[in-house]
Amino acid sequence: MTAPDDRMLTETGLTPAGRGRVLVIGCGALAHEILALKRANGWHHLDLACLPAIWHNHPERIAPGIREAVTRHRAAYDKILVAYADCGTGGDLARTCAELGVEMIEGPHCYAFFDGLDAFAARAGDEITAFYLTDFLARQFDAFVWRPLGLDRHPELTETYFGNYDRLVFLAQTDDPALDARARDCARRLGLAYERRATGYGDLARFLQERA
Amino acid sequence: MAEDDDDLILSDLPDEELVPQMHDDLYDGLKDEVVEGVEILLERGWTPYRVLTEALVAGMTIVGNDFRDGILFVPEVLLAANAMKAGMGILKPLLVETGAPKLGKMVIGTVKGDIHDIGKNLVSMMMEGAGFEVVDLGINTDVDEYLGALEKERPDILGMSALLTTTMPYMKVVIDTLTEKGLRDDYIVLVGGAPLNEEFGRAIGADAYCRDAAVAVETAKAFVARKHNQAAAG
Repeated sequence: MTAPDDRMLTETGLTPAGRGRVLVIGCGALAHEILALKRANGWHHLDLACLPAIWHNHPERIAPGIREAVTRHRAAYDKILVAYADCGTGGDLARTCAELGVEMIEGPHCYAFFDGLDAFAARAGDEITAFYLTDFLARQFDAFVWRPLGLDRHPELTETYFGNYDRLVFLAQTDDPALDARARDCARRLGLAYERRATGYGDLARFLQERA
Repeated sequence: MAEDDDDLILSDLPDEELVPQMHDDLYDGLKDEVVEGVEILLERGWTPYRVLTEALVAGMTIVGNDFRDGILFVPEVLLAANAMKAGMGILKPLLVETGAPKLGKMVIGTVKGDIHDIGKNLVSMMMEGAGFEVVDLGINTDVDEYLGALEKERPDILGMSALLTTTMPYMKVVIDTLTEKGLRDDYIVLVGGAPLNEEFGRAIGADAYCRDAAVAVETAKAFVARKHNQAAAG
């Protein structure tokens, strides 16, 4: 399939295409990475559906959205996997997945599983002043950060929002100099120091490898 | 704002027009105009406490109501809050000199591991505006810092804030420690933050969850009044 459009992934998500046996229902912010893993591993039996990535900013919508999607697609697949971590749902998603009998990714959010849960946890104490971006969020910085916080209209609020942060850590899934430059510019706009950390697909790859 | 307002001379307005104009300016986040309005009212002999309550707090209450009702959003509330903060900057030292009703005292902080303080700062400001003395411990506050401040300040209220689902469980650590030390009933414990809800507040043993700054003020007033009534009855 052709690469899905970021705007569609952000706002509406992705409808599954194919006739696989396993369906991954994930955050739209993970679509490119999951499709890359599917291509690299030849997982032809795996289809992908995505919920709107912008729910990153509205975590209360995620668990009900997963419940609806699992219920809708369940009959068509042997197995469904949920490519979300807790993602700000405060345990709601884990409870929903347990009730539905589907597996989800461990950990607090995608930053943690891209970085590797153990590594992220080990660094947590030293990085409470770090603001994270992934490949997707670096590309969609304006849609996920700049505009929702009103910084396009009121850049003077940058200090109010980010004054307690000291750095932006770009968790890079791919080696892309253009994206690196974009993430660096995001750091500049927020008035933060910049650090790039190559993570690859981290625990997302392991989750899919072991279960798909 | 309309073009006419650009030409508005605040000092030309009588009090009954100036105060609503200050509410509008606060709503629009016009810091300089709010400061100017505060200075004018003080020059006209208003007490600092009256300026605070009738011009600033009343204006910010309108902002809070429209935020609650989905008419205003966080950026606009922050601009209004910054304008109010500027006005309060003038009033605070004067309030100390002239005296103002004191409803009670609150120690507040964002919990350990969390650096988000926008909500906490709004609560602090509105609590001060309502007549509470606020001791703000800042961000990333661990249990020892909370306990130390409680011992030193002897407040009526302990407020804890968190923005992250990963940090909000720390509130329970603090409350459990208070319980272990036999101190839990000495304080009204209020909690808040975007990922919290009433159920969470109850589960960790807080007295109340406050969904926004206005609710925090009303809840604090109600609990402090109850505490005083109990003390009087006892």
